[in-house]
Amino acid sequence: MIVRISGEGQFELPDEDADRLNDLDNRAVAAVEEGDERTFQELFDEMLDLVTSDGSPLNNEELVESDVILPPRDISFAEAEGEFTGEGLIPD
Amino acid sequence: MPGLGGRMSTVIKAKISRILDRTEDPSETLDYGYQKQVELLQNVKKGIADVVTSKKRLQMQSSKLEQQVVKLDTQARQALSQGREDLARAALERKTVAQTELQSLDQQVTELEGQQEQLTENEKKLRAKIEAFRTKKEVIKAQYSAAEAQVKISEAAHGVGEEMADVGLAIQRAEDKTEQMKARAGAVEELEAAGTFEDITQLGPGQDDIDRELAQLGAGAQVDDELAKMKAELGSGGGESPALEEGKKEGSA
Repeated sequence: MIVRISGEGQFELPDEDADRLNDLDNRAVAAVEEGDERTFQELFDEMLDLVTSDGSPLNNEELVESDVILPPRDISFAEAEGEFTGEGLIPD
Repeated sequence: MPGLGGRMSTVIKAKISRILDRTEDPSETLDYGYQKQVELLQNVKKGIADVVTSKKRLQMQSSKLEQQVVKLDTQARQALSQGREDLARAALERKTVAQTELQSLDQQVTELEGQQEQLTENEKKLRAKIEAFRTKKEVIKAQYSAAEAQVKISEAAHGVGEEMADVGLAIQRAEDKTEQMKARAGAVEELEAAGTFEDITQLGPGQDDIDRELAQLGAGAQVDDELAKMKAELGSGGGESPALEEGKKEGSA
């Protein structure tokens, strides 16, 4: 499974991590919807940790699309709220 | 990928592909050849240059504020040695505000430095990917039938396309941040020019009047402390001068 951390690059992760990542992702979005900044930050940090510790960085020469793209590491809670609440897809 | 319907990644993926849609088909962009790729990389370079410009401006402001802090400190000492505690207090109050502002400026400079580094890294990655695409395309063409080659090349182009879109997102974010900083820096400069520097506490985003009053209380305590320290210093070194009656020196200010 290929995961991109936006602004940082792509990582190759074992497929078994997909479920864990997905679970964290859903809980992170739920935290955003509840306005719980601390929980969101914890879950998001956990996701980033999972990707960087379990995954290995992809070579710059590899030309593949990612299966999953995570937001930039420095995303603010306000930005996350704008992106992930309600219907999810907020037009730019 | 099965099971990955997580909304966060889906939303970001959608965002990336929207950016991608705004640009031309990546395989075409890359096929246009050198000219297009140079344009693309120049865009990233421009983004980096903008960040550097903002950083320089903030650094200049920061050194101006540093001078101001020194000047206000000197003024406070002078005022106190002339027995003008009111003036000394005013100078110290401004000094506290300037110091707070200085801290936030320094933090912003650090932030921009990080951003500059990241964009530089992004540019390097994108350059490597474009280069790899060029090589890979030739290899694919030589190895596969025309129809298969087209599929493979398009896949590879999408890999590069995602990178291009991600870099686009990074530049956009960097620009948004520098815009915010520019606006704030501009407001600080205007206030300085207008001589209402002490109102700077009102600039904080999302602050209400209670925040402001609390900040002023905090600043007040700091000013009291500094004033006491200065008095002690002057008292031990200077001898009789602190005994001057208040108000008598009004004319010399």
